[in-house]
Amino acid sequence: MQPKISIQGVYYTYGDGTEALRNVSFDVLPHEVFVLFGPARSGKTTLLRLLNRLSDLTDDATLRGVITFNGASISGRSVDVFDLRRRISMVFAVPTPLPGSIRFNLTYGLQMAGMRDRRVLAERVEQSLQQAALWDEVKDRLDSSAMALSGGQKQRLCLARSLALEPEVILLDNPTSGLDPLSTNMVEEMLHDLSQRYTIIMVPHSVQQAARVADRAAFMLDGELIEVAKGERLFLHPQDQRTEDYITGRFG
Amino acid sequence: MTTAPTTPPDSRSRRRGEAAIELLIWLAGVSAIAIVALIFFFLLREGINTFLDIPLRQLFGVRWYPIEDQFGLMPLLVGTFLVTIGAVVIAVPLGVVAAIYLGEIAPLWLREILKPLIEILAGIPSIVLGFLGWVALAPIIQNLGAPTGLTAFTGSLLLAYMSLPTIISISEDALYAVPKEYRDGSLAIGATQWQTIWRVVLPAARSGLVIAVMLGIGRVIGETMAVLMVTGNAANIPNFGLSMFFSPVRTMTATIAAEMGEVAQGSLHYSVLFGIGLILFLITFTVNWLATRLVGVEGARRQRGGRL
Amino acid sequence: MSRQRSQRLAVALITAVAVLVFVPVIAIIGYLIVSGIGALNWEFLTAMPRNGMKEGGIMPAIVGTLILTMGTALVSMPVSLLAAIYLAEYARDNRLTRTIRMAIVNLAGIPSIVYGLFGLGAFVLAAGFGTSIIAGSLTLGIMTMPVVISTAEEAINSVPQQFRTVSLSLGASKWQTIRHQVLPHALPGILTGMILGLSRAAGETAPILFTVAAFYVPTLPSSIFDQTMALPYHLYVISTQVPGMPLTIQYGTALVLLLITLTLTLLATGVRTTMRRRRDW
Repeated sequence: MQPKISIQGVYYTYGDGTEALRNVSFDVLPHEVFVLFGPARSGKTTLLRLLNRLSDLTDDATLRGVITFNGASISGRSVDVFDLRRRISMVFAVPTPLPGSIRFNLTYGLQMAGMRDRRVLAERVEQSLQQAALWDEVKDRLDSSAMALSGGQKQRLCLARSLALEPEVILLDNPTSGLDPLSTNMVEEMLHDLSQRYTIIMVPHSVQQAARVADRAAFMLDGELIEVAKGERLFLHPQDQRTEDYITGRFG
Repeated sequence: MTTAPTTPPDSRSRRRGEAAIELLIWLAGVSAIAIVALIFFFLLREGINTFLDIPLRQLFGVRWYPIEDQFGLMPLLVGTFLVTIGAVVIAVPLGVVAAIYLGEIAPLWLREILKPLIEILAGIPSIVLGFLGWVALAPIIQNLGAPTGLTAFTGSLLLAYMSLPTIISISEDALYAVPKEYRDGSLAIGATQWQTIWRVVLPAARSGLVIAVMLGIGRVIGETMAVLMVTGNAANIPNFGLSMFFSPVRTMTATIAAEMGEVAQGSLHYSVLFGIGLILFLITFTVNWLATRLVGVEGARRQRGGRL
Repeated sequence: MSRQRSQRLAVALITAVAVLVFVPVIAIIGYLIVSGIGALNWEFLTAMPRNGMKEGGIMPAIVGTLILTMGTALVSMPVSLLAAIYLAEYARDNRLTRTIRMAIVNLAGIPSIVYGLFGLGAFVLAAGFGTSIIAGSLTLGIMTMPVVISTAEEAINSVPQQFRTVSLSLGASKWQTIRHQVLPHALPGILTGMILGLSRAAGETAPILFTVAAFYVPTLPSSIFDQTMALPYHLYVISTQVPGMPLTIQYGTALVLLLITLTLTLLATGVRTTMRRRRDW
């Protein structure tokens, strides 16, 4: 099976010389929930931002190695980075609705892509809200401000906003960090269903969360990939001492 | 497995449109440099004869009699100097102390009233202040015993108030930037509020206050209409002494404003007026250069551009 | 002297100085209103001057100032806004950017009379516009650029960074992000800066002395290549160049000019506060 995303020998260095990633290689398969976990500042978020080239916003950083999406490199001049970001969509740790209505948030990406058909837009709004389990809560107030939603609703809105683009890959950067247990549970339960249609790469909130949701997982430490394995195997029988130490709470 | 993109791809024409806009944005950014260069170029083009045709010794001589082709700039330099010094001596203490009052002493409700008042003062056109100086202030000064009400001092007084908004707002920023811990530390060891201001806050805000003064000076040197109206327009050097502040003088800016209307284009007099403009331009550059050396271009920009 | 007494004395002195600073401002405004309000009537605002400007109204000067203000806006606003976008969104920390910033700081410090000289040399003479509305508008427009650029840049910078990141992450291009996520939220600040710049331009005399202002023209301008009267210059003329001018006309003219610039200033701060109150982030 061709990997959805393949990362091969990636080094990423900031302008000040800090090495954020060192020789990272792994594949992400279609329709899996792939979890990237490790202590803070181990390079997980940096890696996520590389995948849809949000890293372009960082000046002076250099990338070595190859990242492919559907077998084709994502860097280089011929790549349509805007299209790439619609296909590999990101949900951030802090739920950040754009100022404006719920509908505006959901249709923004499509409209920027040139979609004008109101019928299609309306369809996508409903469909994405359904998938994010938010439809019933907001269907009567699609035109009210997205800022008025609760934290959990905001994060599901941000997820729906990504889903509305019908991406192939969804990057979730610690999406439950600010959420209450109930909302967290809701998001976690959604993941499995979503993976039927999408490939999901997620930075979890905790090791426990990682263990709950991962089909496969990768442990990162100080910019290096320590090990990758199927979820149960990695969390029950880690091969590397450092992974075991981290999972069992000896550091981190 | 590759799914076809379901969102319509960006059209090529939109990309081209964006490239055009981004080119315009870049051009607009670079235009700032071009404008400075153009200003310099035109001042130089029209004013260069001043420095080619008039011997330096004469150019910095003491006689300004354009009718006799005497273009000694000394009276104008002295006039500008006197008015500026006077304004600075008045405005700096007033401005800095007013900033202390606003930042450290005034209750919040009063601050909310006084701050807009400063913006209003900044918004009064200089010609209006000049007019008031001419019809209202000058007679008062004459009544105080000066031979005429139109003196360097009258100009200084007006310019002082004109530069107050600049000085107050920059000083206030400087005082505000002093960390609260300094104040708390000083008060905690039993110093009074005044001791804290005098020994801790002011020294810590020193460099900001220097900028405030410099930019205030910049504002004063460049002012034209008010000084034209109230300084008496006498292009001679008053006798040395305190009384010179109460004599009529004429500044460089006022000379340009007063005489440009009457000169023949291309004449030496015409070039000299542009030459004076060139000197003012260079003074501006120097003041800004010094200010930038002190706080960096970011600081100077913020402090200069943020206010009118 | 005891510490407490020195403290009390210092506060008293500081307060006294503050009184010295702020009371004259109120006095100036109050004095102008009291002295000038008597001159204000319909005829004064809408009639042509008569009898060597000693009677009649100041309509052409008011109209001229409004035209020049609009001309200034047309010249200054687009370029300044684009330049601010460049500095806030595109410029990297390099030599070019530092030079641009330095240039803007210097433009802000150049005396207004020097702008007048520049306008004379560049637009009136070299470009061949003659003393005209277009020459005056270009001069005033360039003069207001630094203020507008600085305030607009500050406004753009104050838009939270996440909005840009989110917009880009949803596949919007950089320009789309600026257009849809940055400029709308920076608008209050941008407008405030623009109006403040215009209020300054409306009150300026020195830059228009040699580029557009006319002592007296019996008709309103009919094209941008005409001269026009303008309030600041008119005030200068009637107070210092025409002997025997009735004081009420002088005060009235000064008051009208002050009201125009103050209205713009207050409008600017009004825009800022109301639009800030309306935003929900």
